[in-house]
Amino acid sequence: MADDRRKTPEELFAEAVRDPRDLTRYLHYLKQTKSEGMSVLVAPLDAAINWSRANALWPLTFGLACCAIEMMAVGAAKFDLDRFGAGAFRPTPRQADLMIVAGTVTHKMAPRVKRLFDQMPEPKYVMAMGACTIGGGPYSVHGYHVVKGLDRFLPVDVYVPGCPPRPEALIDALLWLQQKIAQERPLIKRYSKETA
Amino acid sequence: MDIRSIHALLRDRFENIIGELQTPERGDASIAVAAEGLADVCRFLRDNDATRFDFLRLISSVDRGTRLSSIYHLYSYPHSHTAVLRVDVDREAPRVPSVSSIWASAEWHEREAFDMMGIIYENHPELTRILLPDDWEGHPLRKDYQPPAEYHGLTNT
Repeated sequence: MADDRRKTPEELFAEAVRDPRDLTRYLHYLKQTKSEGMSVLVAPLDAAINWSRANALWPLTFGLACCAIEMMAVGAAKFDLDRFGAGAFRPTPRQADLMIVAGTVTHKMAPRVKRLFDQMPEPKYVMAMGACTIGGGPYSVHGYHVVKGLDRFLPVDVYVPGCPPRPEALIDALLWLQQKIAQERPLIKRYSKETA
Repeated sequence: MDIRSIHALLRDRFENIIGELQTPERGDASIAVAAEGLADVCRFLRDNDATRFDFLRLISSVDRGTRLSSIYHLYSYPHSHTAVLRVDVDREAPRVPSVSSIWASAEWHEREAFDMMGIIYENHPELTRILLPDDWEGHPLRKDYQPPAEYHGLTNT
């Protein structure tokens, strides 16, 4: 064993929840914390909250360009985002947890996207889908009207490269996001991104 | 009617308003029209039985350096024939009469040409930007256009 250093509760927690759908890992973690007299109250609650959040990510219904076509394919029967609990596209930001920015963000559209994000309740997550959204894509040099990256005005959680990304790429991004959520400690610290 | 006989017909009736017929190697032949007579020529082409151009397909615009062109692609459903009219105006004062009272579809096409190329269509009912935000500066399809360094706090590089 290379690492016989005693792991911190945070590290143990992160390990236990690495796969949000794997309960055995988590049950092992609970046994471990109990035997070592660590926080047996807060950690299970954290995990329960994370489990519910990660497996019911409701995306906001909107698409800005061609990436939205792939996003719609992911939502439809063949790829079926509902398998991961993220198929309930909400028509209002008030009910949405996840903003999939699928397509070119123009300077004219940016304030509207920002407003939709502001109207979403916490906790909220942002996916930057496609080359345009990540860094301007084909418009990065001569596109006078395109914002050169969504992260210039929104906090992006996952980047999905591609032009447009394959549906599998978007599903992969969702799985990454679920892992990210699973490692949050909502009762201890509100946001894991601030602690990172 | 082909474009040559349409040109001859217009020459007979409008004389100096109508310029040369330009026949490039590639693309459509176009009839040059002086800006001040454009509305009369268009109304004639729409209402005359021999031409009957009842459909304005599109208005495009070209930056030719010292001059800007506003180009009208016409189609006639009754006769299945086409014509292209071209108005060249001075870059510093690009004023062209609006044809939106003749073909209603011209309204949005002219707004787009105004937005992108800065051609001013006189007597247009509401000549405002159609694609870009209202407070945008400049007309992006002009050859000397410089993109703004930033727009509302978002840098462009």
